[in-house]
Amino acid sequence: MNKVMFFAHLRDAAGIDSITVDAAGKTVAELKAELAQKYDLPKMDTVMAAINEEFSSNEETINEGDVIAFIPPVSGG
Amino acid sequence: MFEISKEPIEIQAVIDKVVQREAGAITTFIGTVRELTHGKKTLYLIYEAYEAMAVKKLEQIGQEIEERWPGAKVAISHRVGRLDITDIAVVIAVSTPHRADAYEANRYAIERIKEIVPIWKKEHWEDGEEWVGNQLETVAYPTGKPEEGDLNE
Repeated sequence: MNKVMFFAHLRDAAGIDSITVDAAGKTVAELKAELAQKYDLPKMDTVMAAINEEFSSNEETINEGDVIAFIPPVSGG
Repeated sequence: MFEISKEPIEIQAVIDKVVQREAGAITTFIGTVRELTHGKKTLYLIYEAYEAMAVKKLEQIGQEIEERWPGAKVAISHRVGRLDITDIAVVIAVSTPHRADAYEANRYAIERIKEIVPIWKKEHWEDGEEWVGNQLETVAYPTGKPEEGDLNE
């Protein structure tokens, strides 16, 4: 299984910090599209993803146990 | 050297981390909460971080600086939680053998924070609230250096 974490406006939209899904074998883009639809997530075209705390591309394939985070445009500083 | 802090940041403690005998200069950047942005009045901010990854990305920025400016030592603390106007959001201290490098490397650190560190701020105004995306509304894939346009905000 895979933990998927939401931050900032995505957490507000999803109404939850994180979920557990079976995403092994899917690409980041596939998971993103699936969850965008399920949770009606806005502005997903600007959202980056991280796998195990490192930025990943949309084409990367998710493995069993990977922790996924969706990262909206950052605004620290 | 790199931390996400739920408590107010003590500036001197960040500076103390980069003191070294080889240094001829220490620059500090102190980011504070501004009241007016394009004429709109901010009441307060909430900062949120993906803490584990944010610390890793701050460490990465430190490594990038040490590669580009040999002899540099870097410490960064970023606050999370509720911040009021004038509160300190981030403190960056850089020491280097010569002063020009300390200024440049410190500037580089804040621009990189705005690109690759998973921290977000939610602005609260009199008439609403919103998570702020990056100022350019672009997807900043984190492999490159700061673009020229990023350096002015």
